[in-house]
Amino acid sequence: MHELSIVMNIIDIVDREVAQAGGGKVEDVELDIGLLSTVQMEAFDFAWQQGVRNTILQDAGLTVNHIDGSAHCNDCDANFRVDEVFDPCPACNGHFIRITAGKELRVRSLTII
Amino acid sequence: MCATCGCSTDTHAPAHDHRHDHGHKTILHLEQDILQQNNLLAERNRGFFEGRNILALNLVSSPGSGKTSLLERTLTDLRSSIDFAVIEGDQRTSRDADRIHATGTKVTQINTGKGCHLDAHMVMHALQGMKPHADSVLFIENVGNLVCPAMFDLGEQERVVIMSVTEGDDKPIKYPDMFHSSTLCIINKTDLLPYVTFDIEKARAFIQQVKHDLPVIEVSCTTGEGLSQWYEWLKSKVPAAQEA
Repeated sequence: MHELSIVMNIIDIVDREVAQAGGGKVEDVELDIGLLSTVQMEAFDFAWQQGVRNTILQDAGLTVNHIDGSAHCNDCDANFRVDEVFDPCPACNGHFIRITAGKELRVRSLTII
Repeated sequence: MCATCGCSTDTHAPAHDHRHDHGHKTILHLEQDILQQNNLLAERNRGFFEGRNILALNLVSSPGSGKTSLLERTLTDLRSSIDFAVIEGDQRTSRDADRIHATGTKVTQINTGKGCHLDAHMVMHALQGMKPHADSVLFIENVGNLVCPAMFDLGEQERVVIMSVTEGDDKPIKYPDMFHSSTLCIINKTDLLPYVTFDIEKARAFIQQVKHDLPVIEVSCTTGEGLSQWYEWLKSKVPAAQEA
């Protein structure tokens, strides 16, 4: 249930950024969550609902951009989409691959009114 | 607010309540890593380790794979040549710390309460309390959990994932993130291989699928088989002692 820690981290970041911007009400928070980032979305949604109560994000909207996993094959130089870190290269079937996207876990933007 | 490091743990009160009533929206483009605070503290720990020439290893596994037994053996067998310290992470009790203490090693127990993983902040405070010696080797035994600890950098130089032959040989592809983020895999309890269905070649193939360059060492803490290989690997990672 590390998703709750992630929600608490988001609240800390937003608290800090809103204070720095001179205060305001958060209308929307936009996140980038890669599909290889080990965040389970059902657990995240549950943690979000409980975690934001009585915080600056209580009434904020949530937009999540899901980012597909991609990898590069070190053997045959193919670039391809992966659903799991252990997916083989579709061109040469090798496992000598490097993950290039999908591990993102970012607060992309905040809308303050 | 944490008095020692200034990190915020109070998430309930916004610092200001200054509302803009003039009807315009401000969009802040942050592009900020959600785990940034943990990662910053992890880098701080890493700097501490480098400055004191300490090799820090994060030991991760499911519960019951033999992390503490491996530590007991290692501490006992190598204590004449290496100065060790241990941080133990568990939800409750100091039972593991007591076992480590019995080997004569400096040890601190972290109880995470409801928490399912150690984070860099907990480790930082443990370090402040225990003050590990320069030129030592620090083992951080994480909470037994193959999921959550994968995301949290503690500032360690090496992450050792331990699996045992009493578990499924498909653990690496069932919990790929932990294996993907580790720098060594130990397969423990090999003395039990004749009695279980665990297929070690299959396990190695799964590990290679997840991380092609992850070294694998097979050991038995009961018979001592394979431990010399682990000790060689460990010694190869210990930095040369600093000149006084």
